[in-house]
Amino acid sequence: MITLTIDGIRVQGEEGETVLQVAKKAGIRIPTLCYLEGLSPRGACRLCLVEVRNWGGRLVPACATPVQEGMEVVANSARLQELRRAILEMLFAERNHICAFCVSNGHCELQDLAAELGMDHVRYPYRWLPFFVDLSHAKYGIDHNRCVLCGRCVRACAEVEGAATWGFSGRGISTLVEADLGEPWGQSKTCTGCGKCVQACPTGALFEKGKATSEQVKRPEILAEVKERRPRA
Amino acid sequence: MRQVRIPVTRVEGHGLITLHLGEDGRVREARFHVTEVRGFERFCVGRTVWEMPALTARICGICPVSHLLCSAKAGDAILAVRVPRPAEKLRRLMNLGQIVQSHALSFFHLSSADLLLGWDADPKVRNLFGVAAFDRKLALDGIRLRAFGQEVIEILGGKRIHPAWAVPGGVNQPLSEEGRDRIAAKLPEALRIAQDALAYYEEHMGSWAEEIEHFGKFPSLFMALVAPDGSWEHYAGHIRFVDAERRVVADGLDPARYPEFIGEAVESWSYLKFPYYKPYGYPEGMYRVGPLARLNCCDRFGTKLADEALARFRATSGGKAVTASFHYHYARLIEILGALEKIQELLSDPEILSHRVRAEAGINELEGVGVHEAPRGTLFHHYWVDETGVIQRVNLIVSTGHNNLAMNRTVAQIAQRWISGREISEGLLNRLEGGIRAYDPCLSCSVHAVGQMPLRVVLVGPQGEILAERTRGA
Repeated sequence: MITLTIDGIRVQGEEGETVLQVAKKAGIRIPTLCYLEGLSPRGACRLCLVEVRNWGGRLVPACATPVQEGMEVVANSARLQELRRAILEMLFAERNHICAFCVSNGHCELQDLAAELGMDHVRYPYRWLPFFVDLSHAKYGIDHNRCVLCGRCVRACAEVEGAATWGFSGRGISTLVEADLGEPWGQSKTCTGCGKCVQACPTGALFEKGKATSEQVKRPEILAEVKERRPRA
Repeated sequence: MRQVRIPVTRVEGHGLITLHLGEDGRVREARFHVTEVRGFERFCVGRTVWEMPALTARICGICPVSHLLCSAKAGDAILAVRVPRPAEKLRRLMNLGQIVQSHALSFFHLSSADLLLGWDADPKVRNLFGVAAFDRKLALDGIRLRAFGQEVIEILGGKRIHPAWAVPGGVNQPLSEEGRDRIAAKLPEALRIAQDALAYYEEHMGSWAEEIEHFGKFPSLFMALVAPDGSWEHYAGHIRFVDAERRVVADGLDPARYPEFIGEAVESWSYLKFPYYKPYGYPEGMYRVGPLARLNCCDRFGTKLADEALARFRATSGGKAVTASFHYHYARLIEILGALEKIQELLSDPEILSHRVRAEAGINELEGVGVHEAPRGTLFHHYWVDETGVIQRVNLIVSTGHNNLAMNRTVAQIAQRWISGREISEGLLNRLEGGIRAYDPCLSCSVHAVGQMPLRVVLVGPQGEILAERTRGA
């Protein structure tokens, strides 16, 4: 067992467990977005940043940092609160996340995080680049305007379904999640239509077709459940 | 030519009136400018057809339900589905609630101050608080009646403003027994208020004779939806045009084919387009919509109390069309009464509690038109989508737009009657506003507009020089 402190509380974890996992067991809340139980950690969104006091105050993503003996982790502080809020504001400023008519309004992890972190306004200029909506799939749609590039869909498809349909294309602010080699989703030859990506998506970027405003409720927990039920080799 | 500018307050949104004077100092022309621009028709492009009801509902906070329902109907057309009967009844119920709340807002909150306290009263008291000081019961009644309409909307859609409840194919939540009973319990009081207000109006009509005569009294066409049997309609049916004699000019028109009979002219001085009846051309094809038009177009209302009131309403013009825009107020009160009676009918229908409220389908048509009667008049949502359901083009014609020509005419008539010299007197200002307010225009809706602009009035001389300017409500 490895012993460390999080917010001054002495906790213990197994070798290989992450700070996030240990904190969760100890009932200490660390906000996450790109992390999803059942998928490999990515450390992409940086919302779970924690400070390691005896590493010179270094900031590390809790979801991707294994616990080490004697770590003194700060999971909640004014500094972290401000950093997480700023990260969230940048996500909101980057693409169009107007909640009012979104299919996920009221059931959205991004929206919940904004409420949790007290993000009542965005201090950065909105970019609102015009991205497109792809409704070519028979059952699902993707609205790139709502995408935060967390990659949960990419990992769910590759790691749980095993289809590896989704991938990233482009760079920086223009990065898109795309099926296969960039063809419309409906023309993908690898997509099985299982919908795991839709359930994994934290926002209204991936949705079931026919769902109107506020109607899209997701079940991201099924990814871990599916893996749990799978017979082991 | 000289010009007078006047700001309009106590309407939804803000506008500007310019009065153009000729060499003889008489009003030659009056223009009601809508000075806002919003761009809904542009930024809806690229969104999904399923989002459109909630998206377009954001055009307005007073009548979001109108856009919500109309957009859902355009969506029905694109899905090519017949909405289950209970869903249609529920949508009707919500629209009736919307008519009650919006009309109550227009009459009690926005207009009653003029009617009770007079157009020459101090602007400081010409508001709902002034009304309350003068006639406490009437003011409270107004607030209660509007609250009733809002509650119908809330019980059905989950919230009073911007419920995302109607969807292409139906609605997303049935009505509970408890919800029905809550509406029913409050209905008797609402009916009592509606009857009292109507009695008040009819009793005092004589004292507004001058305003009735000059607040937009002129012949014009009237357009509204009517039911297949010719009775009053607010949700489905076909389009009918009648003239000032109440002769049917056109009937049985398919609302979805509106481009065949409605043209839209554009003037450089307003962001609001000028629709007209195509066969008569522009601007001769001027028509009015809304409560006055609906009562002029229908053969009967279809409910007991409203039909009795309709007979009295028609008697004021000897059975011809009521052409005084002032009587929009009258028509509004009759519609409140009739809407409440229709709510009563719907609540006693057992099917209203059915859970079969949504038809599901994919994209089956690439173009769809939704038409229904919003409180202010006939509303059109016209969408074009691609094969997958992504919006390619949007055209919205809203009630305030239909009345644009008539509102301009009304402003000119009032100015001609009440202007004296080069001054914009308080009385003229108030009457110009009152004349516009009779239409209960929603300027934000009409240009689908953003921002808060006060109504200004500018008096412009023969050479285009500004002679006087007054602003209020900034």
